[in-house]
Amino acid sequence: MRKSRLVKDKTARHVMLGIAVFAVLFLLIMGLSLFLKALPIMKEKNLWVLLTSSDWKPFKGDFGFLPFILSTFYVSLIAIVIALPFSILTSIYLNSYASGNVRRFFEPVVDLLSGIPPVIYGVWATLTIVPLIANKIAPKFVEYSTGYTVLAGGLVLAIMIIPLLISIIVEVFRSIPREMTDASLSMGATKWQTVKRVILRRSFPGILAATILALSRAFGETMAVLMVCGNIAQIPHSVFDAGYPLPALIANNYGEMLSMPNYESALMFSAFLLFVIVILFNGISRFTLNQVEKRYQLT
Amino acid sequence: MKQLEEKVFKVIMIGAAMIIICVLIYIIGTIFYKGLPSLSLDMITKLPGGGFYLGKEGGVLNAIVGSLYIIIGSLALSMIISVPLVMYINFYLPKNSVFSGLIRFSLDILFGIPSIVYGAFGFALMVYLGIRASLLGGIITVGMLIMPIMMRSLDEVTRLLSRDLPDALLSMGATKYEMTKVIIKQLMPGLVTATLLAVGRGIGDAATVLFTAGYTDNIPTALNQPAASLPLAIFFQLGSPVEEVQNRAYASAVILTVLILILSFSARYFSSKFSKNKI
Repeated sequence: MRKSRLVKDKTARHVMLGIAVFAVLFLLIMGLSLFLKALPIMKEKNLWVLLTSSDWKPFKGDFGFLPFILSTFYVSLIAIVIALPFSILTSIYLNSYASGNVRRFFEPVVDLLSGIPPVIYGVWATLTIVPLIANKIAPKFVEYSTGYTVLAGGLVLAIMIIPLLISIIVEVFRSIPREMTDASLSMGATKWQTVKRVILRRSFPGILAATILALSRAFGETMAVLMVCGNIAQIPHSVFDAGYPLPALIANNYGEMLSMPNYESALMFSAFLLFVIVILFNGISRFTLNQVEKRYQLT
Repeated sequence: MKQLEEKVFKVIMIGAAMIIICVLIYIIGTIFYKGLPSLSLDMITKLPGGGFYLGKEGGVLNAIVGSLYIIIGSLALSMIISVPLVMYINFYLPKNSVFSGLIRFSLDILFGIPSIVYGAFGFALMVYLGIRASLLGGIITVGMLIMPIMMRSLDEVTRLLSRDLPDALLSMGATKYEMTKVIIKQLMPGLVTATLLAVGRGIGDAATVLFTAGYTDNIPTALNQPAASLPLAIFFQLGSPVEEVQNRAYASAVILTVLILILSFSARYFSSKFSKNKI
């Protein structure tokens, strides 16, 4: 009787250890299998050519990823430039000004914004942002635009990353010891001066980490961007041109993937590229956030 | 001067917060405004009929049931991994051990990996194992996507748990395995919250199931049959040139949005309940 209890305990421990090891290795397995799938195209073409050529003619065997990489970059950049000020201002408001009730009201708002599925954002954006750009904004700058543009993609993405930014930045603000802000306030500084000189300065690494994290989220966002971005394999020259980000490239071509030589490998190469970039960005940002957390836990 | 600056920035901040709230209302409002007129009982109780994609009768029951099947399966899969994992990190490994730090870190990274990459990896895995686009493929891929979400949210509540209960259990002579069984009961509300969060994320994600689950007008009866899903139903119908079909995309979007609203609010309800239990 007693023995069987101990055996059970021991088995459970081993099973759990196995799962834990698997969880850590999973990332490696994922990276490795994407890499192996992408290997054929990397063997055939020079990596540098793949990344910097803008010729995308899968039928002829030309795979230049530059238009896709640049589209991804532009869309994400627009998103972060719009989202960051909103998120910082709102986070400051929630952290230093808002009453408990306002804060409690805001929590489900952030929850919902992050919970709405990408495809719903896409539907909404095709109904609102795309016509807005085509009819109101673009005519002021360029002759003609369908509205399915890099700008549209950036705008939807901005809304989609705001909840992530707010929740991390509020967390970073919260980690600042109360004594510091109290000291500033008691010296006669106004709340805004305290925010500016104490809170923002102190939380700079945290905000930077949050930005990197949001950027990597933006890189990988697929459906919403795919639905509003136009998807033309060209280098966008203005925000009113169509773009074709990497995730959209993968998602759009899954059906015909196997029928052309190297095409599947090329798509897997873009998945691998995304994987590497996201891991890099995530790693840096998580590491910084962990450091920030640790530093203030001790004091 | 500094008082003026104070006032100006306060107004800007309240403005920013208001805009965010308004955007949320605008999004949900637009979806309901466009979708409600086309939403009918047929939409949620019927399979697509003949000529459905030309605007004839039918509904998206195939997608609703398909999404449910996929999410139930992937939930089971991710639970089998995340529950023991969280128990192991919190109660088996010493506090602040390097290994638990490594596990948390790699799950944080997995959490950040975009769903399209999971989709591509899932597809590669399926080709390797010889599985076609099917319910099983969808379950595996969505399971991978929601596992880190579940694990993180469960880990957070477990960390908040007081150490008294485990210590008391161990001092009564319980083995660690018996102890975790008791603790899991204590963590029930947390587990429910984690589940709801994971379901919310998994059910709305299109990029993972795009390659892996396929699409069909029927309800799958076996794991190796393709399965439709709500986000893909919305996406495909919206791409149609026929206006009735597009309207059905909006109606399907309402169905998905309502599901997400319910999931999000019940997750909030359960997590507030949990924090009450704690105090």
